[in-house]
Amino acid sequence: MMAAVSKQPPAELDQLDPHFGGDALTLEPESYLSMVWKRFRRHKLAMAGLCFLILMYLVAIFAPYIATQSYRETDSANRLQPPSKEHWMGTDQIGRDLYSRVIWGSRISLSVGFVAAGVAVVLGTVIGAVAGYFGGIIDNVLMRFTEIVMSFPTFFLLITIVSIVERSIFNIMLVIGLTSWPGLARMVRGQFLSLREQEFVLAARALGASNARIIFRHILPNAMAPVIVSATLRIGGAILTESGLSFIGLGVQEPFPSWGNIINGGRTFLRQAPWICTFPGIFIFLTVLSFNYVGDGLRDALDPRLKD
Amino acid sequence: MDNTLSNSLNHAAADGPDGGNGDILLEVRNLKKYYPLRGGIFSRIQGWIKAVDDVSFDVYRGETLGLVGESGCGKTTTGKCILRLEQPTSGSVVFEGRDVLKMNSEQLRALRREMQIIFQDPYGSLNPRMTVGDIVGEAFAIHGIASGRERVKRVEDLLKVVGLSPYHARRYPHEFSGGQRQRIGIARALALRPKLIICDEPVSALDVSIQSQILNLLKDLQDDFQLTYIFIAHDLSVVQHISDRVGVMYLGRFVELTDSEKLYSSPKHPYTQALLSAIPIPDPDHKKERIVLEGDVPSSLEPPPGCAFHTRCSYCQDICREVRPEWREIEKGHYVACHLAK
Repeated sequence: MMAAVSKQPPAELDQLDPHFGGDALTLEPESYLSMVWKRFRRHKLAMAGLCFLILMYLVAIFAPYIATQSYRETDSANRLQPPSKEHWMGTDQIGRDLYSRVIWGSRISLSVGFVAAGVAVVLGTVIGAVAGYFGGIIDNVLMRFTEIVMSFPTFFLLITIVSIVERSIFNIMLVIGLTSWPGLARMVRGQFLSLREQEFVLAARALGASNARIIFRHILPNAMAPVIVSATLRIGGAILTESGLSFIGLGVQEPFPSWGNIINGGRTFLRQAPWICTFPGIFIFLTVLSFNYVGDGLRDALDPRLKD
Repeated sequence: MDNTLSNSLNHAAADGPDGGNGDILLEVRNLKKYYPLRGGIFSRIQGWIKAVDDVSFDVYRGETLGLVGESGCGKTTTGKCILRLEQPTSGSVVFEGRDVLKMNSEQLRALRREMQIIFQDPYGSLNPRMTVGDIVGEAFAIHGIASGRERVKRVEDLLKVVGLSPYHARRYPHEFSGGQRQRIGIARALALRPKLIICDEPVSALDVSIQSQILNLLKDLQDDFQLTYIFIAHDLSVVQHISDRVGVMYLGRFVELTDSEKLYSSPKHPYTQALLSAIPIPDPDHKKERIVLEGDVPSSLEPPPGCAFHTRCSYCQDICREVRPEWREIEKGHYVACHLAK
């Protein structure tokens, strides 16, 4: 009895004063999203990352207007030119304008990140949720399958698949997504396993709620925070994977630019023309870093227990 | 238990038992809940944890039946089995003539309107992502009872009934204190106007000063809404004040069940006697003999043969070690499971 009492602050008085909690001024409760936004805004690095990402997405969307020249027009007279007024980032090994190529390349990298992470999140959440919620044999089968997928060396699996299927950008997105869900599935399963035993889930069951209602209304919203965080980080990961694939020549095919294949092209000229690798490298670095910071900021902002 | 609580609860206890021969709302017979214990390479079943082991009792309409016992004695599991939040291993639970354990999912859904539960943990029992209005109003959404304005109105009424303000509906659980959260949980349980509410240690996690408020609220609601309670607790003084009858559990079994007054004035089972002797009395001059139990509660994996309590009982005889005592009615309405009780 006394032990139970000491869990509560002894000064707690169950006051029914409408202005309890000392927040008398904010009688109008904030919505969940505005609370999240308020907390996110305080995270300076995450805000910087978000601003950079918004900028990058605008660049990707308006690439045709922002690029100063064609991304595929070669000019053999102007090979390996350093950055100048005319070519802001210099030219590459066959005289194409690097600035325009990097701008166009952002389309590939950013969309690959989003779509691949999207595929992974949907697959991972569904598989993890079903396994964690229903448990038993279903859980066993799904988790063994997940472990099998996990135990493939992802990058080599990617290389194998990519060399079999047609190397379109869409296929690459899909393949990256299809190989990166297991970690998420495990995480979601873990969340479901612990949340389904929570008393508020039991309470919903006692009220007669259906499985679907319990999963979607009660468990999933509480399991989403780590999923969103991990999805954000995964976008960064997918961008790196695509760059890696393009770098070894299995990603997006010339003459279409992606940050990865620009670096691949410039690799042999690293000494003569370091700018070819440097500029797309900086963009990859900044984009992935931004996603990581945004993920970090979201992690803090989405936790309802952290108050102001 | 301190004095303030006892005083503030006196009016609750004064209502007195109307149980005894009233009409039976719930009939529990030979209820068992065994959990398999798996181990080894092929996770074979290596034994059974007998959380609830052959429990029988009746609950009368309008009464409060207290269930007490140490933690792990099966009180909560019994409550959850009645609601079928846990699937019992065997036995029967008959609610107003219908066997709860034989119901299909559709019948069970309908039953939810008549039986509800209030949980122990005021923090874990409310979904942190839903507003109080959504939490309390969910019952209406699930059963398609009221929608739109009507639902908002009903939720606000419920909040008023449990002593909160209507505008609290738009707030989130984390903005409330423990006692207020427990009121939200009570409002949710009341939404469907159930006949029976299982209160699973509803005040154990609360500060003493708030315990009495919540207990009084429960008592008032019982009168206003003609509720029947099964009140689970490990605190004997809390149970004494709110219950008409009290059942004592030990290691998954009932050891004694009778009117609250009778249990506290003349307990028959040695375990009950030991429990009651442990209640402190707020009188420095009062000398009281305390029965101190030796040893620990045995494992429910391998409960002792015969009487489960014999390992710690000072009156233990040969028969106690071999034969499980019958659940007998030694006088009217006074059930004991002890060979020696008369």
